[in-house]
Amino acid sequence: MQIVTKGVAGTMESSDIIVRIEPAEQKGIELTLTSAVMQQFGKQIEKVIRETLAELGVENAVVNAVDKGALDCTVAARVKAAAYRAAQCEDYTWRTKQ
Amino acid sequence: MKRLRRSMLFVPGNNPGMIRDAHIYGSDSIMFDLEDSVSINEKDAARFLVYNALSNLKYGNKELVVRINDLSSGLGIQDLEAIVRAKPDVIRLPKTECAQDVIDCEREIERIEREAGIPVGTTGMMAAIESGRGVLNAMEIALSSKRLIGIALGAEDYVTDLKTVRSDGTELFFARCMILNAARAAGIDAIDTVYSDVNNEEGFVKEARLIRQLGFDGKSVINPRQIPPLHQVFMPSKKDLTKARAVIEAAEEAERRGSGVISLNGKMIDKPIVTRARYLLDLAEAASVTPVEEV
Repeated sequence: MQIVTKGVAGTMESSDIIVRIEPAEQKGIELTLTSAVMQQFGKQIEKVIRETLAELGVENAVVNAVDKGALDCTVAARVKAAAYRAAQCEDYTWRTKQ
Repeated sequence: MKRLRRSMLFVPGNNPGMIRDAHIYGSDSIMFDLEDSVSINEKDAARFLVYNALSNLKYGNKELVVRINDLSSGLGIQDLEAIVRAKPDVIRLPKTECAQDVIDCEREIERIEREAGIPVGTTGMMAAIESGRGVLNAMEIALSSKRLIGIALGAEDYVTDLKTVRSDGTELFFARCMILNAARAAGIDAIDTVYSDVNNEEGFVKEARLIRQLGFDGKSVINPRQIPPLHQVFMPSKKDLTKARAVIEAAEEAERRGSGVISLNGKMIDKPIVTRARYLLDLAEAASVTPVEEV
């Protein structure tokens, strides 16, 4: 998935996370994360963000995320929404729940 | 035991906090909403959120319902592509005008189930009726699909269609009776509309008593505070429960004797009374699982 513009998803409400994804000038994922629970869950949130981007095939992007205590499934949902918007793509892929 | 649907809690599909906590309030069903509570610019984000919640979070034995956007909007089909694969119990179709609306939606659900390797027929449906035309077609809607678990009244759009506003319920009486009788004729549930004034508990309880007396199975609620008083309204009295237990005991005794005639205290008990007694005991059992708070 090619990031072509700026895409934002999420809110600053409690239990949510706001994710901004933009095209990168350099290769790779440049991630900036701010969280109220950085000490306890910072690494886990970063892991979910990076894994979700990898699943979507996003290799190059500047990602800025401000977390307000989101669950992993919320983080992944917001990253996907932001990435699809930033890729200007509506060709969604949905897996069947196991 | 038949699944109870006394309360169906609306949860806005783009609110992660409410989606996370939806199961703690004791409603019988949780309805994640992708339609009216989600702005047009956030439809995609809400779809990801609800899909991920259904795929990852545990909601115990709650019935999980997703209200999709109507198919004519173009958004409904995108909702189905995602949500059917996340395997909710029920898809709620809004603004149902006629049987064809249900049939069209069912065709798409069946196609997606096949593509996704989900056994055909797994996904239940319910249809919300929100217009004069829909009310007049309630019977054909209720009979339009074996997937339907119930039909519901959506009052806000309905009163707008009638060119009136909500008041004491007089304006909804015809629609409620049509929907209720259509549901009963089809052997499915009838779910009443929301009561929007969350600060008016007295008005809410009055409406809940009315719809229970009419025969509805339950009501949609928009605030968790409405759940305990609603369940209280549906809770049978001690006197009714004592009588119901006696009726069931008499019915079981008659069955043991191989007799088709049930009698209690010298009076013959008809089959509908046994059915009613079982329903009351089911309600009481459900209340013991989700205790009713004093109101």
